[in-house]
Amino acid sequence: MDVILFLIFAVIAVVCGINVVVQTHPISSAISLIGVMGSLAVLYLLLGAEFLAAAQVIVYAGAVMVLFVFVIMLLNAGAETRRGRSLLAQLLGIPLLLVFLGLMAYFAQRLFPATAMVRFGAFRGGTALDVGEALFTRFLLPFEVVSVLILIAILGAVVLARKELD
Amino acid sequence: MNFFLLSLIKAVVVAFVLLTALAYLQWVERKVIAHIQVRMGPYRVGPHGLLQPLADVIKLITKEDLIPPHANKFLYLGAPFFAVTMALLSISVIPFGSEIHVLGNTTWMQLTDLNIGILFVLAISSMSVYGVAMAGWASNNKYSLLGGLRSSAQMISYELPLSMAVAAPLLLANTLSLRHIVLQQTGYYLGFIPRWSIFQGPMPQIFSFIIFLIAAFAETNRVPFDLAEAENELVAGFHTEYSSMKFAAFFMAEYANMITVCSITTTLFLGGWLPLWPASAGSSYVPTLVFLGGAAVALYHGLNPARRMDRLTLPVVAVVFFLIAVAFLVPAVQAVLLPFFWFAAKTGALLFLFIWIRGTLPRFRYDQLMGFAWKFMFPVAVANLMVTGLLVAAFS
Repeated sequence: MDVILFLIFAVIAVVCGINVVVQTHPISSAISLIGVMGSLAVLYLLLGAEFLAAAQVIVYAGAVMVLFVFVIMLLNAGAETRRGRSLLAQLLGIPLLLVFLGLMAYFAQRLFPATAMVRFGAFRGGTALDVGEALFTRFLLPFEVVSVLILIAILGAVVLARKELD
Repeated sequence: MNFFLLSLIKAVVVAFVLLTALAYLQWVERKVIAHIQVRMGPYRVGPHGLLQPLADVIKLITKEDLIPPHANKFLYLGAPFFAVTMALLSISVIPFGSEIHVLGNTTWMQLTDLNIGILFVLAISSMSVYGVAMAGWASNNKYSLLGGLRSSAQMISYELPLSMAVAAPLLLANTLSLRHIVLQQTGYYLGFIPRWSIFQGPMPQIFSFIIFLIAAFAETNRVPFDLAEAENELVAGFHTEYSSMKFAAFFMAEYANMITVCSITTTLFLGGWLPLWPASAGSSYVPTLVFLGGAAVALYHGLNPARRMDRLTLPVVAVVFFLIAVAFLVPAVQAVLLPFFWFAAKTGALLFLFIWIRGTLPRFRYDQLMGFAWKFMFPVAVANLMVTGLLVAAFS
């Protein structure tokens, strides 16, 4: 059951991911991206990280992508026109992609030994309680530093958007 | 009994009750608004217009199904489907009542109890923006687009105070599961003040309740925040181009969202299925008295009929009410229906508030709407959350 669900949503995630690049219209790309986010949330859920899954949907599929779609709709961006690709990209694009994927697979295999195989539902510590405890004890400093970073980004946005006072 | 079979039966019962409630909520709304405006409301189809929802469904099914030229077909057809799915999904985690025993089976009056229940509801509500936004964009109509844009901006903005308002009672409850949130509100102060979140110490969540309710009006696109379908500016907003069952889907989604939001408010702030005062003080007899009162009123008007039909219809209503009142006295029935009665009564009161406000308040201007969310609601929600956090930390 777990494997079947994993395969279904992994395939959806990959297909949507490819679709983000293939689609010419920004709205279609954005919707494919929502598909990627949603299926990722299901994969987190399968692994037993239910809090992460909920956060993924609320933050990424909900808030971030709504803003994307909103801006695309507001600017009324049309479909982009395909221009001819350079000879270099046509010749080397797919081989380079394959080399890159091979390297990724190689490093993943080297870094994570086969004994550390992920098993469905074996992960304990995905509940809101566990995540909260980890955030406010072991990872308190990184957590606070990240929040300061986000605060700086917000201040930057306010400064950029502020009307000039004469 | 088999888990799957039991879940299937529960899902069918919930779906049936919910869809009937949806259809009749619309009838109730038209009746209440009519009486606020000193009219009669639907009256022709069936006694007191009771068959009006059925007539509306037949009308909508038989209407011509239009697809505007140059519309994005996939999104145009997908949007109403998506909207209605998202609206119906969150009902699956709402607890309608306590544990019940039926025919040797023990089960909860809830489809499923997730340990991230409230986060699930927030996730679904954050996804439901897409239905409206996509509908507005895919219709290829400037009014639809403006309606979709307004609605998505409004829903993003009001989701912040909404989430902040949800977080404060969670600090008191110390859990995310909706069932445990209700169970945690059991008990009474001084023997008669219920320990619901809005009364619970150390910090009664009354501000949080009000903020949540205001944000809920905006999230469901109801008056006074129905800028997305402001008919004097935008024709009909995001669903201008929709007809037939696709229009009905948006209509259904709006009412389903209303029911969901009221159920969540009941669960979070008003103690879910818990009675208003202790059973030892006779709260178990409230439904019997309410239905007996209803029966008496119906009987009186049946004996002094204002119209010829009332001589026949109202005594029938009185008999039905009397039977329900008697049924609530049977212990086996009482154990099942009493929690649901309290839940339905609280949710119904909130739904009435929604309708009442629609009949009373005018619409906001758009800049007022945004300013209100960001400059007033959000700071108040954050302050409330901080005070609650401090008090909970100090008293635990």
